[in-house]
Amino acid sequence: MNGILDFVAGLGRAVLDMVRMAGKVALFGAVALSHVVRPPFYWRTLWGSLVEIGYFSLPVVALTALFSGGVIALQSYTGFAQYHAQNAIAGIVILAVTRELGPVLAGLMVAGRVGAAMSAEIGTMRVTDQIDALTTLSTNPMKYLVTPRLVAGTLALPFLVLIADILGVLGGFTVCVMKLDFSASAYIAATIASLKVMDVTVGLVKAAIFGFLITLMGCYHGYHSRGGAEGVGAATTAAVVAASILLLTFDYLLTDVFFSQ
Amino acid sequence: MTDPTPKIRIRGLKKAFGPKVVLDGVDLDVMGGTSFVVIGGSGTGKSVLLRCILGLITPDAGSIEIDGVDVTTLTPRQREPYMARIGMLFQNGALFDSLSVWENVTFGLTAAARMGHGPRLTRAQSRARAGELLEQVGMDPAVGALSPAELSGGMQKRVGLARAIAARPEILFFDEPTTGLDPIMGAVIDGLIADCVRKLGSTAIAITHDMASAQRIGDRVGMLYEGRLIWQGLPSTLFDSGNPVVDQFTHGRREGPIKVDVGK
Repeated sequence: MNGILDFVAGLGRAVLDMVRMAGKVALFGAVALSHVVRPPFYWRTLWGSLVEIGYFSLPVVALTALFSGGVIALQSYTGFAQYHAQNAIAGIVILAVTRELGPVLAGLMVAGRVGAAMSAEIGTMRVTDQIDALTTLSTNPMKYLVTPRLVAGTLALPFLVLIADILGVLGGFTVCVMKLDFSASAYIAATIASLKVMDVTVGLVKAAIFGFLITLMGCYHGYHSRGGAEGVGAATTAAVVAASILLLTFDYLLTDVFFSQ
Repeated sequence: MTDPTPKIRIRGLKKAFGPKVVLDGVDLDVMGGTSFVVIGGSGTGKSVLLRCILGLITPDAGSIEIDGVDVTTLTPRQREPYMARIGMLFQNGALFDSLSVWENVTFGLTAAARMGHGPRLTRAQSRARAGELLEQVGMDPAVGALSPAELSGGMQKRVGLARAIAARPEILFFDEPTTGLDPIMGAVIDGLIADCVRKLGSTAIAITHDMASAQRIGDRVGMLYEGRLIWQGLPSTLFDSGNPVVDQFTHGRREGPIKVDVGK
């Protein structure tokens, strides 16, 4: 009986901790967002974060999208060829890439690369007193460190996803034309016919939300890291794991909102 | 006639972290233009005391007055003018890794200008000003182009000092200024601190467990023990205070009223 009570109590504590954590993260995000409209603005930090997220993530996102588009084409062919439905492959590739693969894979890549780096950078600043130093130098750390990164993440990820969409389709096209002997013009025509503005738009909206969530997790965990190098390492892991889980959860919720009918 | 109101006046300051009481009713007066050094063992709350004065930690009880105004009751926005009058040298320098040395030195000036508390400087003017400040702390202005990671510990402390004095603050805080430095570099940093405080006419509070440093920097010294300032006096009386706790600490004796937990 005691064992059951302990289990229920532990479960309750875990749920309460989760709710408390969600509240802290929401408050942290709200405070950071409130600085978007209140000067001073740190344009250099914003530009630096845009370059870091949008430009330096391009190679990893581009390669991921290119190969994923190719894999989708290859796998679809394996299945569809049995039913002589190869003509649907172009439509499948563009649907999968614009709706899901583009935003989700770009988001996961950025979470691994940028979310971790952001958490480590801010966490190191926390444990080496640099964040306290900002306060003593008349600078609000939230406004200087967090707000520009959240804005940069929200703006940069849609750009990356747009590139990922194009390269994902290109990957599918390359595999179908070069390896599976499809007609290039027929493939392009089928792709254009299947292309829907709504799919691309929703993908970009997802990307903006993912970009916000990834940078929010990176900043939150870094900002609250404690205990030297070990604490920074733990914060970095937590940031990537939390961002990845949130990203997939929100992907389902947004898909349900936009495409469930 | 000198102003009898202390520049910094602390009364009944208390702070606990969970069950651990760190500050248990600290009272302290620091007169304008003087330097006060707080000594004490590791983990006795010296840094917590500084952080409470700076507003980085909210005390549980007590008051901290700067020029007669209790800053513990102010909102962050109301504190801004007071923060603009304060300079701080952190234990490890706390230089911003992502900025060059000269950008670190003038960071406070740029921030103050953004808040409307000082003139706006162009990048060229800021760089020139950083060069002057680096010279003041005995460094070559060319160091300004380097990254903080390229500097030794002593150089980082000097850059931190240049950053702390950049806005000519009325109040300066020094957190363990000589920790991690060799004795000669420690003496150099102490000398620079004493010079800067004298030239600026600032009021200073330093915390340290380096007795030589305390004697070089302080006009007065106080010892923090069990959450209270148990003794205050002149640096010249530091090794002969008449207080058994202070005497044990300053002479580094194992036997005495201070019981050290060595984890046995």
